[in-house]
Order: sequence, then structure tokens, then C-alpha cells
Amino acid sequence: MALYADIEKKLGSFMLKVRLEAGDEAVSLLGASGCGKSLTLKCIAGIERPDRGRIELNDVTLFDSEKGINLPPQERRVGFMFQQGALFPNMNVLENVMCGIRSKLPRREKERVALEMLAKMHLEGKEKAVPATLSGGEQQRVALARILVNEPEILLLDEPFSALDSHLRFELEQVLRKTVKELGKTVIFVSHNRDEAFRITEKIAIMNRGCIDVFGEKKAVFAKPLTKNAAKLTGCKNVADIEADAPNAPADHSTSATGRQQGGTGNYVYRRAYVPDWGIHINIPATNDDVTAVGIRMHDILPGHGENELTLAVTEVVENPFSYTVMLSAGAEYRPLGMELDKTTWERIHADKVTVHIPSESVLLLKK
Amino acid sequence: MDWYPLLNSLRIAGISSVIVFFAGICAAYYIARTPRVIKGILDVFFTLPLVLPPTVVGYLLLRIFGPRRFFGAWVFEVFGVKLTMQWWSAIFATTVVIFPLMYRTARGAFESFDERLAYAGQTLGLSNTYIFWRIRMPYCKQGILAGTVLAFARALGAYGATSMICGYTPGKTATVSTTVLQLWRTNDDGLTLKWVLVNIAISAVVLLAINLLEKRKKVD
Repeated sequence: MALYADIEKKLGSFMLKVRLEAGDEAVSLLGASGCGKSLTLKCIAGIERPDRGRIELNDVTLFDSEKGINLPPQERRVGFMFQQGALFPNMNVLENVMCGIRSKLPRREKERVALEMLAKMHLEGKEKAVPATLSGGEQQRVALARILVNEPEILLLDEPFSALDSHLRFELEQVLRKTVKELGKTVIFVSHNRDEAFRITEKIAIMNRGCIDVFGEKKAVFAKPLTKNAAKLTGCKNVADIEADAPNAPADHSTSATGRQQGGTGNYVYRRAYVPDWGIHINIPATNDDVTAVGIRMHDILPGHGENELTLAVTEVVENPFSYTVMLSAGAEYRPLGMELDKTTWERIHADKVTVHIPSESVLLLKK
Repeated sequence: MDWYPLLNSLRIAGISSVIVFFAGICAAYYIARTPRVIKGILDVFFTLPLVLPPTVVGYLLLRIFGPRRFFGAWVFEVFGVKLTMQWWSAIFATTVVIFPLMYRTARGAFESFDERLAYAGQTLGLSNTYIFWRIRMPYCKQGILAGTVLAFARALGAYGATSMICGYTPGKTATVSTTVLQLWRTNDDGLTLKWVLVNIAISAVVLLAINLLEKRKKVD
């Protein structure tokens, strides 16, 4: 394992308890703000000291509370990228990058290495500029150049896009994706943006209140988020707890509480569940897992007839640039469900009450 | 006109400013890293000379450095040097009086420092000494310079504690401020006014320098 980290740290009432293993691959740490994802990075970098645990990087022990090992950040060979460049304001771009070169080369040689890296980051002609005159995206690319000439064993990216406008984000993201690929080392990418996480890394770890909730290949995590928190972080807007269905529940396609869906979209064993928040009864795939909540992605609520058919009132229609978000409710006392439709579909339907269906295999089964 | 008091004032202020420059920066840097309770206590202790009457500071200094007090007596016994009534005795007084000015401005400057720059430097492998002198200090330069100039100006004007610890001996311990009092007491109004004008001129120049420093800070 390139990176092994098993650490604990208490900060007031917050408790960080993270176990993370990664090979020479890119892993996203996805979580809401305050969940401890940045703190985890800082512990790996040696900026923060965990209370307990062990951190290893390529067979070098960086931290071990039992053996009393705590390497200073200078000796950890960690490339740390901050939200904003963290460039030294009293030095120009070239001097900033030269600061990152560890080996004792003559000044001219250092300059050559730094200029080469700046060219790679598309920063030709900016070497004499001071950081304050650069755009946010340029600053981040200088920061990346400074990290790369430092020849790190691991790349830690702490929300590197968060201070950028969306078009600059996209530019930097391309540079970063290329870098991650070429580097071929462990990369930990901290983010709260599911799209960026999905595009940049192969694996995703989802954090919640100081712990890693779900960890796996990105596609598996998006298909089966497993927890309410993970479902929300992967962009599922409709998440609610379920109850075992009441005995006198209105029948949908079956008369019993469990059954087998015939024909149509497939052949699923399912059971009935009641969602008190939404005031609806639905079929969900039957599993042995302890399912306490469900998630329904906005694009999985389909107009028209089919399984889990519901007729709901439209409470609000929100126009997005390329789609509509239609809020549907079973009654004033219930929370609405969001459905996303492309513009032409909604403009054709356009009603106060709509009939929709939710294929049970698209319902996410969640815990807590 | 005998310029000795001006020369004496300038060297006293210069030496104590140098001492306070390093001591104030050290105190400000390390106190920022101490636990909150200790920070609060030390902060009060270091700022106290700023608000105490100069006579109280002078009295406390005499209790330590006085020829019959334990430290003063010990130094006299070992080195045969009296710590009071020398031209350089005033350095003790001015250093204590101007220390809070330097300490507080340096602390303010350090608190505005973006700590991520230090973290970035550390992860890049730069030594903590390099980070302090080449990144932290340049970042806080304006604030620290302003504090130094202010401390120097205040040292030039020190009177109370200075006069208590080194008295007034013309051509030996006389400073600008003690000379003004002495000349006024002896009814030499013309010369008093000259020294007063010298004093005002120096102070004005110093304050102008501080303003220029602050303005540059805004441009940066």
C-alpha cells in the first residue's frame, strides 16, 4: 500500500476517526464542510498532529503514536495544494517555483527546471510576475508547478477549485487531471463537489462527521451510496427514512407486503415500504440488508404510468438552464419530491397534477 | 549650544530599539503559540509598562538595579560597576517602557499572517528558520517596521523612569527630555525653546515615517 493512514484526533466535540488505504491511485475524499476531510489531509501532511494512530507512505512511517514517531512536514515529501495558491507574496512566480526544488543545484540549473515546469503549466511569460497580479487559476497552476518540482511522494489536493470561477475551474481541472495521470502516485483529492470527484479520481471515499462512511470504486459508490449522507453527497436530492408498510396500505401492483414484479422493466423481488416524509408507499428491492431509508435521484422519477405509480400535485417549477426541476407533493403536510425533466418534456406535460412512476430498481437503499 | 543631550538621547533610543526589536518579535512569535490562559497572563505582563506611570517603572527598576538592591549590589561586587547614574542606565528604563509598543505591533502583524504560507513552505521542505526570515518577516514587514519606528520615537521622549535611574548630569546622563526640564527650571527660556523645537522636529519626522510606511502597506 502506498498510503496507509489510521488516525484519531479530537477537536472539542468533534472526533476524527479515519482509516484510509490507497495504492498508486487517485482517491477523492468527498464530504460536507466540517466533516474532517481537510483535517485528514493536514494530518497526513504533518501540519496537524493526530492524537493516536499510524501513517505510512511508501513504507516510510510518517507518524506512529505508539513508537513516538512524528516526522516534521519537511521530511514527509508531501505535495500539498491549498484552496488558494498559498504563494509567497514577496517572491515572483519563478522564485516561488524555485523554492520548491529540494536538490542542491546551482541557481542556473534550478531556474531551468522551474521554467520548464512553468511552461508545462502554460505559464510562459509569467515568471517575473508577482502572485498578487495573477488570476486565481494562474496562482493555482504556479502552486502546482512548485509542488511538482518538489517531487512529492503523494499529492494532497485540498479543494483546489473552491476559490475559482466555473470557467477557470474547468481549465485547472484539465491540468490537474493530466497531472494526476502522469504522476502515477497516490493522490488524495478533497472536495464537496461530486462531479469533480467523479471526473478526477477513480475511487471515492465519502466522509461524514469525522468518519469514512463509504469507500469504493467511483461508479459503485454512485450506483449504491449505502448511506443517507453518501446518497446526498453523490447528488441524490430525494432522501427520506422509511417505515415498514402499514397493513392496510393501499395496494399498488400487489396486494401483499412483499411480492415479485412481473414483466415490464424486469424481474425483481421487492417489498413495500412507507415513506412518512413524502406520504407515499413504494416498492423497493427486497434485500437482507438493514435498510432504513431510501434515495430517489431526480432523474429516476419518470413521467407516465409504470411501477410505483403516483399522482402528485406540482408545488413548484424551477427553471434551470437546460432542464426543469419540478417539485411534487402528496399533500401540504409532506415534504416534496424533486423531479428533473428536460425542457420539452415538461413543456408538453405542464399540469398542476402529474402521474409519475419510479422503477423500483432505481431506488437507492440506504442506512442511517 | 551643547548637542550632547541629543547625541545621548539618540544612542539610548537606538540601542534600546535594537534590543526591543528582537525581544518584541520573539515574545510576539512565541506567545502566539502558547495555550490561552498563559497567553492572557503574559500579555498583561508584557503590556503593563505601557500603562503604568513612568515613576512606578522607575521605582521598580531601582529596586532591581539600585546599588544597594540585590542585583545591583551583586553586579557591583563582581564587576565593580554601578548600574545606575550611567548614561547607559537609561537603556534599562527605555527598553522596559518601549517594549510593549514593539510587542503589540509585532503581535498584530503576526496575527494577520496567513499561516497557510508557513504550511506550504514546510511541506515543500523549507526550514522553519527560512520560513520565519524569508516568508513570515517579509509578510509582516510593514507592521514590524512601524512598531520599531514608534518604539524608537517613544524612547527618544522617555523621561520619568529615565530620570529616576540616571538622574541629570550635564555631559554625562543628560538627555533631551531631562535637559528641557533642567533648562526650564533654571529660567533659560531661550535654550529651552530651542530644545523643545528640536524635539518636535524629530517626533514629526518619525510620525511622518510611520504614515508613509502605513500608506505603502495599503498599496501592497
